[in-house]
Amino acid sequence: MGELKQTSTQIMEPGGAEGAGFATTRLEAVLAWAQKYSLFMYPFVTACCGMEFMSVSSPRYDFSRFGSEAPRFSPRQSDLLWVVGTITQRQAPILKRIYEQMAEPKWVLAFGTCASCGGFYDNYACVAGVDKVIPCDVYVPGCPPRPEAVLDGLMLLQDKIQTGNRTPAIVKPRQDPVVDQNTGLVQLRKSRTSVA
Amino acid sequence: MSKALIELIKKNFGAAVLETHSLHGDDTVVVDAAAWRDVARFLRDTPQVSMDMLTDFTAVDFPEREPRFEIVAHFYSLTRGHRLRLKTRTGDSEGDDAVVDSLCEFWASANWMEREVFDMFGVVFKNHPDLRRILLYPEFEGHPLRRDYPADKIQPLIAYRDVPNIEKVAPFSVDEGMAFGRQTHARNDDDSQVN
Repeated sequence: MGELKQTSTQIMEPGGAEGAGFATTRLEAVLAWAQKYSLFMYPFVTACCGMEFMSVSSPRYDFSRFGSEAPRFSPRQSDLLWVVGTITQRQAPILKRIYEQMAEPKWVLAFGTCASCGGFYDNYACVAGVDKVIPCDVYVPGCPPRPEAVLDGLMLLQDKIQTGNRTPAIVKPRQDPVVDQNTGLVQLRKSRTSVA
Repeated sequence: MSKALIELIKKNFGAAVLETHSLHGDDTVVVDAAAWRDVARFLRDTPQVSMDMLTDFTAVDFPEREPRFEIVAHFYSLTRGHRLRLKTRTGDSEGDDAVVDSLCEFWASANWMEREVFDMFGVVFKNHPDLRRILLYPEFEGHPLRRDYPADKIQPLIAYRDVPNIEKVAPFSVDEGMAFGRQTHARNDDDSQVN
């Protein structure tokens, strides 16, 4: 109940150590708390990001810790649509239909650069981001994103559910890559002593 | 062996062979479009050639040339272990009248690959059993792998969402959208009163 304690909930224990304590809170706070820890997911996996999705759902990273455990392969039973991978123009109607079949309240997480903005598939065949077709709540960039970034995205979505905020949100890199002053290029290699 | 293959084709289809070349063991024969089907059948049915596998089938667009499209077929003989690349040329500078004979009756694998070439380049295959788009949707206009297809032209199958600025919906710049961070408590009204 850690999250609840700090929102609008107060835990009172009037009867001393042995008395039954009680808590007061708001209905929507409890509702949001329940929703954010019981996200039934619909994985709409279309491309290589699916590998990273499997990684993040497997025990090493394990997003079932966040209550996002149960995959439901029927959109009617799911709350969170994971769009994992490239969406082609031909697939867009299918994605939209899946989204429309989900019952409210529902959220969408764009997993990876392709789902977020199309990435380098800037061509006739692909949709430049799922938000062209369905509203999107959280964007997790990366090609593919690190599991940590996905967990960041999931926690960000939980925050959005708790606050009721539907503004599109983006998981930003933990730190921007350093730009070399001389070349103006991003230095991707770790610094190492060069031998002249 | 493959040089001998080229000689054999030249001997049998002398007038129809437009060009041949061999480079690093890759042997290519360019034939006239009218002889396309006959040469293919010859390659499959002649015992010392016996090209029993159509490995790949595609096309290349050269907009500055006439004929404009080059149809490319790669053959492999599983029994004899040799390869050959067979090409032909078709289509005027506008890309019309690009018609060649289908090879479906000789190699079943030609079916889908010819459909893809039709889809991407608009080359029509005569006597193809089921010539329609295979990757794109029927509503698509034009052929995207032609060089004169605009690189940034998209043809959405369903209408995009009716929201302003649909071309750039996502918050992709540094200052756009909801910033990352656990904001549960700071955003809460009750907490702000406490603070």
